[in-house]
Amino acid sequence: MNKTIDREDIIGARVAKLDAPEKVTGRTRYINDMVLPRMLRAKIFRTDRVHAKILKIDTSKAEALPGVVAVITGVDAPDGKIGVIKDNPPLKKDKVRCIRDELAAVAAETEEICDAALRLIEVEYEDLPPVFTCEDALKPGAPVIEVDRPDNIAMAQDFSAGDIAEGEKASDHIVEGKYNVHYVTHCNMGVSCCLADISVDGKVTLYSQSQYPYIMKMDLAPALGIHPGDLRIIQPPVGGAFGSKLDVYPYEPICVLLARKTGRPVKLEFSREEEFIASPTRQPVEFRIRAGMTSDGIFTFRDISTLLNNGGYTSWGATTPYVTMRTCSSHYVVPHIRYSARAVYTNNPYAGSFRGYGNVQATWMLETHVDKMAEVAGLDPLEIRLRNANQPHSMTPQGSNLGCIDLVGCIKISAEKSDFLKKWNAYSAQWDNGERYKRGIGIATSLHNAGGAKIHKSDGCGTILTMDDYARVTVMTGASDIGQGSDTVIAQIVAQELGVPLRDITVINNDTALGPWDVGVHASRTTYIAGNSAKRAALDARNQILAAAEKQSNVTADQLDLRGGHVVQADNGEVVIETGRLLRQMHFAGEDAKLVMATDYYEPPTEPEDENHMGDMSAAYSHAAHVAEIIVDTHTGEIEIEKIWSVQDVGKIINLNGLEGQIEGGIAMGIGYGLHEDLKIEKGIVQNPAFRDYHVVTAPEMPPIDMAFIETDDHEGPAGAKGIAELPTIVIAPALGNALYNATGVRIDHPPLNPEKVARAIWERSNKNDAE
Amino acid sequence: MPHKVDIAFTLNGRPVAAAVPVSASALQVMNRDFDLTSAKLACGEGECGACTILLDGVSRNSCLTPGVDLDGRDVETVEGLWTGNGMDLLQDAFVEAGAVQCGFCTPGMVMQAKFLLAPGKKLTRDHVLRGLEGNVCRCTGYHKIVDAIVAASGETS
Repeated sequence: MNKTIDREDIIGARVAKLDAPEKVTGRTRYINDMVLPRMLRAKIFRTDRVHAKILKIDTSKAEALPGVVAVITGVDAPDGKIGVIKDNPPLKKDKVRCIRDELAAVAAETEEICDAALRLIEVEYEDLPPVFTCEDALKPGAPVIEVDRPDNIAMAQDFSAGDIAEGEKASDHIVEGKYNVHYVTHCNMGVSCCLADISVDGKVTLYSQSQYPYIMKMDLAPALGIHPGDLRIIQPPVGGAFGSKLDVYPYEPICVLLARKTGRPVKLEFSREEEFIASPTRQPVEFRIRAGMTSDGIFTFRDISTLLNNGGYTSWGATTPYVTMRTCSSHYVVPHIRYSARAVYTNNPYAGSFRGYGNVQATWMLETHVDKMAEVAGLDPLEIRLRNANQPHSMTPQGSNLGCIDLVGCIKISAEKSDFLKKWNAYSAQWDNGERYKRGIGIATSLHNAGGAKIHKSDGCGTILTMDDYARVTVMTGASDIGQGSDTVIAQIVAQELGVPLRDITVINNDTALGPWDVGVHASRTTYIAGNSAKRAALDARNQILAAAEKQSNVTADQLDLRGGHVVQADNGEVVIETGRLLRQMHFAGEDAKLVMATDYYEPPTEPEDENHMGDMSAAYSHAAHVAEIIVDTHTGEIEIEKIWSVQDVGKIINLNGLEGQIEGGIAMGIGYGLHEDLKIEKGIVQNPAFRDYHVVTAPEMPPIDMAFIETDDHEGPAGAKGIAELPTIVIAPALGNALYNATGVRIDHPPLNPEKVARAIWERSNKNDAE
Repeated sequence: MPHKVDIAFTLNGRPVAAAVPVSASALQVMNRDFDLTSAKLACGEGECGACTILLDGVSRNSCLTPGVDLDGRDVETVEGLWTGNGMDLLQDAFVEAGAVQCGFCTPGMVMQAKFLLAPGKKLTRDHVLRGLEGNVCRCTGYHKIVDAIVAASGETS
């Protein structure tokens, strides 16, 4: 009897990331580490004004400095602009609109010479009246930031479903609220960096941290005055991105222009201070909400208007209302909806996309408000959520079929595991017991897309798969791995289909000249979209192999399987032939010679929103619930998180290590948003551009996290999986705010819940109580 | 040109020498004179720990350490933990525990962990969490890094 091999399931296993050994040994080369022969260094001269006419830029002294090879200003640049509505010239010629504005750039032999040269650049300005708040920018006669938009409105979105007046009639209670969410920024450990190289025939190779290399070609080319086809994007490993590299920002075209001017490779790397000042932020939003319900706490209507401080230019921050809108219209069942958003130009820095993208802001607002509504209705926080929960396979007001969701399960499991109700009742009875340290518990939930998001004409991803004579597999995918682990997930999916060990799979994803097209890494889409494409390509290759094996054996293809590098009989695992040997026989078969290769382009079955914001733009949706238990020091206002319970619908677990890592990391980022991260901007100037003054979560501040996963087994997702990476960042902050209320009776509507605000609010509440 | 000073020290177990500018940080010396890129410049002001190296066995922010101070010292970077054969126990533990995402903070984390580990002593989670306070990670939420270090502690390396 032949050797037999049992079926092994690598989907759902705890798998080490493929890139981890290179990273723990310090061998991974980020762009920040790269050096090319004859490479120059570059630095950008930024304005120190927030709104001013540029009268003169004098670079003559900088150009004369030994070691300086080129200095460029706006006159050296093509007219093409960048940004979502093309309002941002990479080098400003006429006026500056915010503190980060780029006026000139230097390429020199060393960074030190660049710095010295920047100090020699002289600019004359005529200051213009600035405007910093949405309210001021919308007043008649306000200073105009962008000449093409005299009303200072960069973008506007409106949606309605049902009839608000009817909703009001059906309401026994109407609860109003105002929530302002703040600026935070990505704080990638690897600062922004790129390296440009020009060929003799004018083609551009850009080593970039981009999260969307294929669309970037289209977005960047006009700013360089070249054809998009003459641009090649290479993506070495990235030191974190989290959405910050989902647009073209001025430093990349500037770097290319310097390379073109000098004929040498040019590398441009930010300082940490520059990273804080000149990379995108999360979009700050002012929310106003009116929401109604019956006396039983059944939601009747929701009327929400939002103002976004767009800053001086328009990047993806201005489009976050599309995602905010989904939460406002579709999280919980609400029959009557009205939503409006205005992104308003000011002289502040401008926002981009950031993990959770509009939903972090929306969920803060909505989940805080739902807790307030529960109190008005005399319900506990669980009951109001359960009574209004989205149901599986229901349609949302925007035309999305929510599919196999389980919001009720998320709420119930997180509540059971945390003993929520018992604690919630006990803690709220202790507000005025005179104790210094008070415990509180809070819950929040969220809805997010989990099967891509069709914001372009295609939301697809391509795969090219080849197998060599030894059954080693090369998978070229369009998907970008920015550290989140998608290469490993793709390799697992392919390994499962082809029955080869994980280490026999090489995933290549870092070069637009090699890989097939992909939208980019965003919207929790990569496992779902790229995973599906990889799975389909692997299935194609599998069928080619099994068809060849069928010819060589007496067994039909449907009774064969691929396991452990062999073709085996599916029923008893008996080895038919080693896969590599079969591949060699297929390859060296004379006129019938065949290499196993497969290509696939997966387009999810989704549709872009129409002009009325209707459309099922994601192939899957998902919920999460977080419960947070905290201890508040009522004297200092400090919040210590005792424990977090996280329950998330993940569709199906693919890599348990990667899944837990995304949830823990997402929660860390969300805790920062809720408790202490705060990019302070006063009169357009960033006040705290350093880790010293901008508080990201450190190790001792991380609470224990109890995670549970619900496997709803999505019918379209690869192996049933859904996208998972954004929800944990979205949900946690309002759970903390709700826990603070449960502990102290104090509501803070505008995050972060830093000690100053918490202590002040507790003090004000106690003064008020004393007065009564 | 800035004034240069001749220094000699032990780098990952081997004697080395260089003439370094007085203004250069230890991080710049590692990077520019010895082509070591594991220690990362991520803030340049001692706030994030991505540049952590061991100096006579003690963890240091190499961005704040003057390069000339390396003279006569024993310097270890993560490159010294793998020289072509098996990885260090700690490196294995990081890989297995899922302690690595983007990886930019990882070499600094590994060197800080190396400093925390005492031969034969099993570390507690609290000890490790406190010991990593100066090393920022934006990806992982730290728990899997702690898992790795606790798993590696108490073992001989």
